[in-house]
Amino acid sequence: MQKQNELRPLTSKSRRLLMQGMVWGSVTSMLPMTLQAQSASIAKTAQGSAPVITGPVVDLVVAESRVNFSGESRLATSINGSIPAPTLRFREGDEVTIRVTNRLNVPTSIHWHGIILPYQMDGVPGISFDGIEPGETFTYQFKLGQSGTYWYHSHSGFQEMTGMYGALIIEPKEGEIYPVERDYIVQLSDWTDEDPMRVFSKLKVQSDIYNFNQPTVGDFFNDIASGGLGLALEKRRMWNEMRMSPKDLADLSAATLTFLMNGTPAGANWTGIFKKGERVRLRFINSGSNTLFDVRIPGLTLQVVQADGQNVTPVSVDEFRFGPGETYDVIVEPQEDAYTLFAQSIDRSGFVRGTLATRAGLEAIVPATDPAEQLTMTDMMGDMSMMSMSGMGHSSHAPVAAPSDPIPVDHSNHGNPAPVDHSAHNMQQNPLALPSKKVRHASTEFGATVDARVEMPRSNLDDPGVGLRDNGRRVLTLADLRSLEPIEKPTVPTREIELHLTGNMERYSWSIDGLEFGDSTPIHMKKGERIRVILQNDTMMTHPMHLHGMWSDIETETGELLARRHTILVQPAQRISFLTTPEDTGRWAWHCHLLFHMDAGMFRKVVVS
Amino acid sequence: MKQFYVNGLILLLATFSKAHAQEDQQENTDDLRDPHAYSAGYTQTEGPYALSNGEPLKLADEHAFMSVLGDRIEYQPNGNVGAYELQAWRGTSFNRLVIKTEGSFAPDDDYENTTELLWGHAIAPFWDSQIGLRIDTLSEGTGRQWLAAGIQGLAPYWFELDATAYVGTEGQTEFVFNSEYELLLTQRLILQPRAELTIRGKDDPINLLGKGLSSASLSLRVRYEFSRQFAPFLGVESHNSFGNTAKFTGAANESDEETRYFAGVRFWF
Repeated sequence: MQKQNELRPLTSKSRRLLMQGMVWGSVTSMLPMTLQAQSASIAKTAQGSAPVITGPVVDLVVAESRVNFSGESRLATSINGSIPAPTLRFREGDEVTIRVTNRLNVPTSIHWHGIILPYQMDGVPGISFDGIEPGETFTYQFKLGQSGTYWYHSHSGFQEMTGMYGALIIEPKEGEIYPVERDYIVQLSDWTDEDPMRVFSKLKVQSDIYNFNQPTVGDFFNDIASGGLGLALEKRRMWNEMRMSPKDLADLSAATLTFLMNGTPAGANWTGIFKKGERVRLRFINSGSNTLFDVRIPGLTLQVVQADGQNVTPVSVDEFRFGPGETYDVIVEPQEDAYTLFAQSIDRSGFVRGTLATRAGLEAIVPATDPAEQLTMTDMMGDMSMMSMSGMGHSSHAPVAAPSDPIPVDHSNHGNPAPVDHSAHNMQQNPLALPSKKVRHASTEFGATVDARVEMPRSNLDDPGVGLRDNGRRVLTLADLRSLEPIEKPTVPTREIELHLTGNMERYSWSIDGLEFGDSTPIHMKKGERIRVILQNDTMMTHPMHLHGMWSDIETETGELLARRHTILVQPAQRISFLTTPEDTGRWAWHCHLLFHMDAGMFRKVVVS
Repeated sequence: MKQFYVNGLILLLATFSKAHAQEDQQENTDDLRDPHAYSAGYTQTEGPYALSNGEPLKLADEHAFMSVLGDRIEYQPNGNVGAYELQAWRGTSFNRLVIKTEGSFAPDDDYENTTELLWGHAIAPFWDSQIGLRIDTLSEGTGRQWLAAGIQGLAPYWFELDATAYVGTEGQTEFVFNSEYELLLTQRLILQPRAELTIRGKDDPINLLGKGLSSASLSLRVRYEFSRQFAPFLGVESHNSFGNTAKFTGAANESDEETRYFAGVRFWF
């Protein structure tokens, strides 16, 4: 079945995407003549092959430069004239100095995504520093106490979307634990020929403007034909009453985006060379502004060895989904001449591909994009089994296992014959031993900012998510990830923070607890404190939540720690729990890494003191 | 015909009130969290490690956006009449200045226009309240000025609704209700039924308007979205006058029942 899938003939959409890249290829080869005539002062951008810079002292220059990803020449924001930006290769323990010079006419910044460092070096203008003014040079200096695959990007305006992203690789002090013969960075991103601000304001006016996969009259008749009128109506009833679309999978689509692999569109076919019998490490980085990618290499098993730069117990999968901000390192052992690296967007409106081949110029079959799956009632309502138990009600009093509810401790009986033993923080007695299941909405979730609330969330970490369920392939889930080295921190937290991811799609407003960033107050954490954070997604989109300056240790319902992340994908109606220990004081950013959700206000400031 | 419109209006208002009831449904307030409970009293600009100078981070939620929607710019070959309806706004997702203007023009300097200047405020996830002024200008008859208060938004099952009550400077009252629906035949070919009802409190014989259910129109447009922002359309509208309005228009040798065909464009930016 799987093979058949792979051999499906190209759809016209796929052909168009591949053609688009061919145009790109030919235009780039003519560039010196055509573009230099157009504007002598603005240099062409190197695309597809980021230069590698090794530390410990690095100079980066941010400037505008010309690109052509779609057949149209556009201005991009590049670093050292390259998209992606130069790959920075450091060693664990290095004290690095990175001088960033701004040659734009607007302020800029660079954030070192996933790196634990002093907050003044974190690079979020207006929170950790004042930003880098035009003409200025800012010197970042920090010591690398970690290793793995990371990346860096602008945290100013929409510069990340216009090209400011690069890979940051830190070699472990003791050398890589998995010896490989080849090591490639596969950095995925999305590009728009439009002005990103213009794109954002269009979404403010009509939030489904880029969705060309909306329910139509034809779908309705098809549903009647297959299941009868009653079923067709029932299927629509809930969605229509809530004024939500089950086909609302992404805000931006290939209608405006060109998907890129290492700065290269599908048709130009970024290629990584290998020799048969070699082990190849692929460091996948999602540097997309607004795109969740589903990645696979037909014919190869992906051995996932690292997530967000942290080693995990190797797990073999056919496919994984990742959101902007996340990274996955996989090892493959190719035996044939060519394989397609295939990354399709979550809404299936487009894809980017590259090739692993024994020599340049080879191609493997490019699969068609999967059909776009609709969101299900699970995505809308959460835990369907619980819901049927409590009769579809709107009650938040879901049947909950007793240990997770706070158990009042009786302090009144001190000196009584049988005092409670407070010294034994037994897992069964401590109300914070397990993540709470009781949904507690914020009072601010009942206004105009919030179009839906989930009363019975699901905590199924083993769900690959919409579009990947039962697709015949083995798809990575959060439940598959186990930190290679046990997470050492004391696991019982002293406090629990519950935050709900909220939004109003019709108004294109995104928020946390129903408060957009401008109306919010910071979240205070004590340095060294072990804190549980519960993120409940009350929206119908998947949000990659990125917490700066500290690790997020994902926890199961039963209190088992899985893996250490800097960015966590929270699916619709999902309730995810993680533990964190802020070690560095300062002010930190915490936000959805879908750039437009972040800018719309799904953002919090964290104060660690 | 009149009964048909009255029933339709009742049905839509019932849908609206059901939607509103749903949105009002709140949990037991004792269980609700204070969203500022984790702040320890710190704010965006105050507390430890706050930037001493420089701009604090401002995101798009604090920026004003704007848009102009030309919902219908249309031409009726029969009678050589042009008609238009535009709506513009500037503001945030929840508070905005709204300008609505609609009218028609025909040969021999025959024109009418209704322009509203409104303050829109989000009162529910899908609903804005709007209050402000309305000014009518007419080539024949007397232009009126009104205070306006209404709601605009999206009802369950994706009906776009706009219901506004007006009080005129000379004590007239008017209630205008209109609703649109969009049926996607394909991703780009869209069928849009539209209904509009006008109910008046008093006769206004100079302007040929009578009290009670004064007029109703039902129209159907089919448009092709070359882009989401630009779509030409063809349409047909049936316009009915009732009661005293029909009497006044009859006396002025105008028909109380008209069918119009037109072509037009819809755009926004």
